[in-house]
Amino acid sequence: MAEIKNYTMNFGPQHPAAHGVLRLVLELDGEVVERADPHIGLLHRGTEKLAEHKTFLQSVPYMDRLDYVSMMCNEHAYVMAIEKLAGIEVPLRAQYIRVMFDEITRILNHLLWLGASGIDLGAMTMFFYTFREREDLLDVYEAVSGARMHAAYYRPGGVYRDLPDSMAQYAPSKYHNESAVKRMNENRQGSLLDFLEDFCNRFPACVDEYETLLTDNRIWKQRTVGIGVVTPERALAMGFTGPMLRGSGVEWDLRKKQPYEVYDRVDFDIAVGVEGDCYDRYLVRVEEMRQSNRIIKQCIDWLRKNPGPVITENHKFAPPKREAMKQDMEELIHHFKLFTEGFHVPAGEVYSAVEHPKGEFGIYLVSDGANKPYRMKIRAPGFPHLASLNEMTRGHMLADVVAIIGTQDIVFGEIDR
Amino acid sequence: MAKISSFFKSFLLLELLKGMAVTGKHFFAHKVTVQYPDEKTPQSFRFRGLHAQRRYPNGEERCIACKLCEAVCPALAIKIEVAEREDGSRRTTQYDIDLTKCIFCGFCEESCPVDAIVETRVFEYHGEKRGDLYYTKPMLLAVGDKHEAQIAKDRAADAKYR
Repeated sequence: MAEIKNYTMNFGPQHPAAHGVLRLVLELDGEVVERADPHIGLLHRGTEKLAEHKTFLQSVPYMDRLDYVSMMCNEHAYVMAIEKLAGIEVPLRAQYIRVMFDEITRILNHLLWLGASGIDLGAMTMFFYTFREREDLLDVYEAVSGARMHAAYYRPGGVYRDLPDSMAQYAPSKYHNESAVKRMNENRQGSLLDFLEDFCNRFPACVDEYETLLTDNRIWKQRTVGIGVVTPERALAMGFTGPMLRGSGVEWDLRKKQPYEVYDRVDFDIAVGVEGDCYDRYLVRVEEMRQSNRIIKQCIDWLRKNPGPVITENHKFAPPKREAMKQDMEELIHHFKLFTEGFHVPAGEVYSAVEHPKGEFGIYLVSDGANKPYRMKIRAPGFPHLASLNEMTRGHMLADVVAIIGTQDIVFGEIDR
Repeated sequence: MAKISSFFKSFLLLELLKGMAVTGKHFFAHKVTVQYPDEKTPQSFRFRGLHAQRRYPNGEERCIACKLCEAVCPALAIKIEVAEREDGSRRTTQYDIDLTKCIFCGFCEESCPVDAIVETRVFEYHGEKRGDLYYTKPMLLAVGDKHEAQIAKDRAADAKYR
């Protein structure tokens, strides 16, 4: 009689459905997964250690590169940690701008997730549609910060610059004549807020479109309903946060439970799942996009009516205006001090967390009173999610591993950091 | 009743047809694609691309070798050497940016007190061999000379926000 053995297989790190550089060692009994062993570290860049050798300001751009699909949320947790420790007042307008961009980031992240996991499960069209909307939001990113992804826009004490009054426009070419360009530039005539408002008005219809394609689709349901079920107890025990936890039916959202910035002033609901399977997590994320859209609209209204400073006037932490810097000796000294030595943060430790699109993203910062952090620890939401992959995939088919990796919304920038 | 409706839905393929209608509608809609090398997507005046060194209108280079950009650069991509010029002014003898190290955060431009080092709109540059992306002072000044009109326009547009 032939001996029957389990088959061990490598999934990734080059597999397109491994979302980057996940190497998964799968033990298969036929097509059924017996054990999934994620190997991480292929994208390790030592961000935590690097931060110990950089001034507080210099680490901001490195935060973008942690979870590289939700850039500004990472920055937010980091600058909030510094502000808490140093006791920096953030102007209200800056808080609204940050909330607005956190929600833009959430939509960006969920759009990428929807497109990518659509492709994973065979829904090619989703990817084209979600990237069409992402393009507009990336334009918003570029308009405020000058970069489409790695924005480096948040600063300890506020944000770098105020929102621009104009949007860049398309130019005519041999493919698009004057009238076509006029149509394409229609929503780019006013300020950034006008452009964003136009997007917010368009976006719910786009989400309806995604839902028409997926929510009732039998193939999508066959691939997601009942796959990767996590009970609320297990979800809590394994340290889930964000849509992974809410998909299991636990109503936990830092924006509501521990409001930071101006989240207690805006009106929105938390989406909660029932079954805790991939399908519910999909529904939660789709609803979150609609809620984010609502928050952005409220922020636009407020920002229109309330001009003001967007970064703290305390020049011990934030550089002065350029005009002042060029005319005033005192301000020039501040400018030079801030860009060479940086600011000192009082000794102490702090944990600051934000509701990142993927869950609770936290920065634990220890300062010994120097101009650099003594130690910085990043709490990445994806890490506990990936750690539960073994439990979630056990007993499922090989093809469902793809669905489960997709539903966890894994990004290796933050897991490997 | 629910059973009957789900029975009919199961073989009428209603939800699939609805999905097909969405994709079918887009078949005739305006295309959002931009034919890249011939046309480009709009670019913000804050765009952070290839670096450039600027000059004053009289041709004098702006950089005074204060080394703020070198100090603030998080990726340690900038290297500056300083010496006194014959006329007694403080100038750089070497100003290198290693673009393979640079993370394009824009801090150099933000810190520069004389608006000498800037990040331009240029994003189409390349190197063919190792070391081609190590930009030295003459290369940076050449980029600045080539794009000065656009650079000045963008700085003017952004001046009120900074």
